[in-house]
Amino acid sequence: MAGAAVLGRLTPLAWRLAEAVEIVPETPRASTLVLDVPDWPGHRAGQHVDVRLTAEDGYQAQRSYSIASAPEEAGLALTVERLDDGEVSPYLVGELRPGDRFELRGPIGGYFVWEAGTAGSLHLVGGGSGLVPLMAMLRHRAAAGGGTPTRLLLSARSLQDVLYRDELEQLAAENGDLRVALTLTRERPPGWTGYDRRVDEAMLAEVFGPPAADGLAFVCGPTRFVEAAASGLVALGYDPSRVRTERFGPTGG
Amino acid sequence: MEDADLRLDGNAAAGLLGEIFAVELTSARSTCRGCGATAEVGALTAYTHAPGIVLRCPGCDAVLLRVVRGGGRIWLELAGVRSLELRGPEAA
Repeated sequence: MAGAAVLGRLTPLAWRLAEAVEIVPETPRASTLVLDVPDWPGHRAGQHVDVRLTAEDGYQAQRSYSIASAPEEAGLALTVERLDDGEVSPYLVGELRPGDRFELRGPIGGYFVWEAGTAGSLHLVGGGSGLVPLMAMLRHRAAAGGGTPTRLLLSARSLQDVLYRDELEQLAAENGDLRVALTLTRERPPGWTGYDRRVDEAMLAEVFGPPAADGLAFVCGPTRFVEAAASGLVALGYDPSRVRTERFGPTGG
Repeated sequence: MEDADLRLDGNAAAGLLGEIFAVELTSARSTCRGCGATAEVGALTAYTHAPGIVLRCPGCDAVLLRVVRGGGRIWLELAGVRSLELRGPEAA
């Protein structure tokens, strides 16, 4: 049926049983879960999934997590940051072992999505684990040949909180069209020469330069971070309709 | 914690909307009945900490869409939306 292909799916989202294949620690608080999901229909860079855990007494807790892997990769990967008072993340990061299964549905969302080959430059701003969906875009971009001029501004508390640090350095070293800027807001290693403050308009101007008419910006992280960064870009002259945001709420993840 | 910290994007409603609609609704473009502003549903302002989800117009803050789920039913209110435009190659 012709309509189905365009609109993505024929039936409402269904819960599936995902199996953990591998759990990769990324930082002291975050791990990447590589999952096997039967009949996974594939995803687009930037999309998320919902995870649902059910306790023995029937109580259910549900959270959304961004997909970290590129559509081109074999396994579906989520990177989850552990929130100590969370209901879902302490299980996913800490208790989950390879072979364990949990309920998941997705892929979800069609707005905070980037497709390789989209005309124009790509401007990414991530706060903490807000990097996760942006990383899916960067991996997707690299898999597609890396032609899109891309800048990433990443804010983290400290160097050890930076997700995918080696991979980001490698991606930037391999591709001159990708530049990565880092700001460390709480703790800096000795001799740090990068940014050392919260994202502000001056930093955005230095990293991204004047707005390009066909540029597309994706901003993801805790709500206050996203609103500060997005309004900073708009103040610099970026078209609000080309600044896409994904707020994680007060704590993120 | 302030209310402002709880503000999310319409994107956060995509899972619940996906229980109701067979089409991906957050990439649809909505027009506000109140001020006429258009925005993709994913770009609306979302509040998810109420019993249900409220999506508001980023232009005038009017309530566009409310979804409440529970007790074996889903209740959907679209009174603030003038129109929804679904995009795709076949609509061209």
